[in-house]
Amino acid sequence: MRDVAIVAFSQRQEAMINIESEVEFMVPLMNEAKDAVGLTQQEMGFTCSGSSDFLAGQAFSFVMTIDGTGPVPPISESHVEQDGAWALYEAWVKLQCGDIDTAFVYSYGKSSPGSLRDVLATQMDPYYVAPLWPDAFAIEAMAARHMLEQGVVSERQLAEIASRSRAHAASNPHAVRTAPKSVDEILAEDYAMAPLRPSDLPAASDGGAVIVLAADDKARELCDRPAWIRGIDHRSDAHTLGVRDLTTSMSARIAAEKAGVGNDKIDIAELHAPFSTSEAVLTKALGLGEDTVINPSGGAQAAHTMMASGLIRLGEAAQRISRGDADRAVATAASGPCLQQNLVAVLEGE
Amino acid sequence: MGKERAAVLGVGQTKYDTTYPGSMAGMLREAATNALEMSGKRWDDIDAVIMGKAPDFFEGVMMPEVYLAEALGCVGKPIMRVHTAGSVGGSTACVATSMIQSGVHETVLTIGWEKQSESNAMWALSLPQPFATSVNAGAGGYFSPIIRRYMMMTEAPELIGCMVALKDRKHALNNPYAHLHQPDLTFEQVVESPMLWDPIRYSETCPSSDGACAIVLGSEKVAEAHDGPVAWIKGIAMRSESGSFAGRNMVSPAASEACADDVFAQAGIHDRRKEIDAVEMYVPFSWYEPMWLESLGFAEKGQGWKMVEEGATSIDGGDLPVNCSGGVLSSNPIGASGMIRFGEAALQVMGLAGDHQVDGAKTAVGHAYGGAAQYYAMWVVGADK
Amino acid sequence: MADEVLTAPLVLEYPFTRTTGPVIGGFLTGLREGVIHGVRRSDGTVMCPPLEYDPITSAPLSELVAVGTVGTVTTWTWNGEPRAQQPFTQPFAWAMITLDGADTPMLHAVFVDSADDMATGMRVEVVWRDEREGHITDIAGFIPAVASTTGEPAAMPSDVEQVQSVRTPIRMEYTYTPGRALSQYLRAMKDKRILGDTCPETGEVSVPPRGVSSVAGKPTLPELVDLPDTGYIESFNITRVPIKMRPDLTPPYVSAWIVLDGASVGFMGLGMNVEPEDVRVGMRVRAVWKPDDELEMSAQNILGWEPTGEPDEVIADYALVGRIEQGDDQ
Repeated sequence: MRDVAIVAFSQRQEAMINIESEVEFMVPLMNEAKDAVGLTQQEMGFTCSGSSDFLAGQAFSFVMTIDGTGPVPPISESHVEQDGAWALYEAWVKLQCGDIDTAFVYSYGKSSPGSLRDVLATQMDPYYVAPLWPDAFAIEAMAARHMLEQGVVSERQLAEIASRSRAHAASNPHAVRTAPKSVDEILAEDYAMAPLRPSDLPAASDGGAVIVLAADDKARELCDRPAWIRGIDHRSDAHTLGVRDLTTSMSARIAAEKAGVGNDKIDIAELHAPFSTSEAVLTKALGLGEDTVINPSGGAQAAHTMMASGLIRLGEAAQRISRGDADRAVATAASGPCLQQNLVAVLEGE
Repeated sequence: MGKERAAVLGVGQTKYDTTYPGSMAGMLREAATNALEMSGKRWDDIDAVIMGKAPDFFEGVMMPEVYLAEALGCVGKPIMRVHTAGSVGGSTACVATSMIQSGVHETVLTIGWEKQSESNAMWALSLPQPFATSVNAGAGGYFSPIIRRYMMMTEAPELIGCMVALKDRKHALNNPYAHLHQPDLTFEQVVESPMLWDPIRYSETCPSSDGACAIVLGSEKVAEAHDGPVAWIKGIAMRSESGSFAGRNMVSPAASEACADDVFAQAGIHDRRKEIDAVEMYVPFSWYEPMWLESLGFAEKGQGWKMVEEGATSIDGGDLPVNCSGGVLSSNPIGASGMIRFGEAALQVMGLAGDHQVDGAKTAVGHAYGGAAQYYAMWVVGADK
Repeated sequence: MADEVLTAPLVLEYPFTRTTGPVIGGFLTGLREGVIHGVRRSDGTVMCPPLEYDPITSAPLSELVAVGTVGTVTTWTWNGEPRAQQPFTQPFAWAMITLDGADTPMLHAVFVDSADDMATGMRVEVVWRDEREGHITDIAGFIPAVASTTGEPAAMPSDVEQVQSVRTPIRMEYTYTPGRALSQYLRAMKDKRILGDTCPETGEVSVPPRGVSSVAGKPTLPELVDLPDTGYIESFNITRVPIKMRPDLTPPYVSAWIVLDGASVGFMGLGMNVEPEDVRVGMRVRAVWKPDDELEMSAQNILGWEPTGEPDEVIADYALVGRIEQGDDQ
């Protein structure tokens, strides 16, 4: 495989962005990332984005947002109706084809106009499950109880995850849930959706992110310390909850193996884990140990920007490598109920 | 490192119709199973699935690749979902091809689909927007002013569009999968059908269809081992541009021309009209055939309509048969429509197009566009490596 | 305040009709008749509710098997307040329930007084809805099973009409916000002013403003510009048959791209006070406004566009957006 690296990253996440439209708040982010590497849109070999019509309440909402890239003259471009991490994957594949050296990736989502937990019910089996409108919290809560009753995690461990997310988020200007809370304080919270407490749930946010990828020497030219993608893979589990083992994630485990997570020590992990339970599942599936700092940004629990949270995990991990805070990192992205689909990437400094 | 070669091993379709009688998963599985059968592959042989579909509002299922992953053999495997408006079926095939060209995968199933009967195209494509004023419903109201400009610019005879419509409906009679089968349709009936979006007549528009089209792609190694004809992918290209800016060429958008230039350069095509044996182009409104003939470089600017008038695009004696399958004018499950164009182009060079086979077709083009005529995807396929 | 947020409710709803095929349809037919079916998988186990494929191997499945109406809760959560779309009116538990005779659990509601009455492993039995139509909500929910209930599958009547389709309405509520540039434009509309925005590189003006120049890939200039309510028709469509979703528009009517004087990108407007046959590309038009006392912050303040009677603009190039012989350089 060709060496490809993340060479620029920009993001914005807020509890609600309602003054600006999607394209209005994305344009500054796009230009921030381009300016960081001194590239224009016309110098990008390929562009790929991720967003969701359902989230925006509009068909073809991405058609509005492409204008922010400045696609005049035309650009080589594609869009996935998935988290931006999959847009990055598509761009990475394009770079592997060998005829381009740079790629531009972005994704965005606004959850605040609607009720994300209810909107997500429309992802479920449309004949048997969606008509009952189980919201996303209820689905995860059932998985959580199963995990607790199977003894794979304890309520205290979930509270520890939630407490650490808050502590880490305190130093992340892009996080929206940053107030520290001790484990005991969290355990004293009333259940939001038993056995999940409010702190176990994701803090929904609006926002977006942009990443620039570059290959080989181009990456070294554009960035002092590129975050090299040493492995990247994505897999799906079954959708039918009744046939899945919800205490674990086969898809994350396979993707981690393919990406080579276990080949060496991981300094930091940015896991797309909206719930405390999701982090517990992913940590185990990836085989991460005590020597790995989990979600130094506070993770998706501290700011969950649907359609961009996964891409932001990649960006957060890359940034720490580029800054020299870490040498080897793993980032994940997820989609679907109970982490049905997972993408895993291993990033390294040189 | 160089690009790996990729080839089409199998194409599978459902009968396009107003309503597919089964479930969404059942519809996709029918197309996928047909493609697997032609390619001699089983679910286990597939490394990844690349799915394409237009707006999720059509079926009211958010990101349906999540629900459909298990129906398409993706447990423990990768699945992706592309959405580039009307061009999506083409873009999806391009993304799937990249998976092989990059060396990431050896065998990939790609599938485009839409089950428009679950809701209503007018609703799904024209969702209400507060504060705004909307005077159009559906895509025809958007494209008719552009067609009007083309007609004024070229001074093409008024009934060129009707000729295209009749030709594609006659072509559809030879394609068992086509939605519209109108054996008795006459030119007079096309001309006399009501004006919908003047200058577009009802007969010059596409139907609203349910359907899925799947393609199995393989690497050179996989294709060489395949017992049966394959279509070698000689080039893929995608281009996008803004749908609204001052000085934009609305008749032949720059993105369309750039996409064509790129894909024909990759395929080493110099004389496009001469070297291409069959074209499957995205023509949802009849006048887009002459417009794309010009934009894609098969005709000089302003001359595309003459090819139609001369019958050059008919399978019966034309030198550049266009939409031998009946095209989008005869079947339009939006998210599949681009994939059908790409799949039908492959079938032509594989010699498997059945009753709508262009004799001896060696090189063919699949084309799709979407949005405000701003998203483009194309591929060139050949019988020879 | 320019940055004060305009908002409006946006409801997206549709009564989706889904054709089912034989397996989903068979299950729903059973529900209508008071019988629950699973499907036999290749390893002999029974999955309920049934799919027409094995969700692990994707192998086709078709053999429906009647299962019991009593089952065991494998996990659950408490839904204290039913959410707007949920077909339940009282607090309830969500539960995964493995029915007797099935090997996989299904999702449904369990009706008990409080979370204290729920436990994994508890036995529950189906409560059927009185009027059944072949829908997942034919099962009203579950209640704790009485020990005497066996839950043996009832006999499926023969010769019943198969369910072919199912209606699953979707309703989603959003709060729409138009964005910064469009908000300013809509506010100005209340004063019968039309604002456009300017590309920082080319200086060309677009209406309505989007806040972004697609040519530059940059924000448009922060100061929006006032434009006159006159312009020309770039091109047009005549809708000649009624569009079902727009009963307010009586055909034939003209929808035209209007390019305002001083702007070079058009937008769609309704032709007014002119016969469709008399509309021309290049025709000069002016806005027809709502009466002053009906003006709102809305683009709907402009009812349509009527001819001014001035000489037509000469189109410089029929292919290009916003290019005329005179007036394109202001």
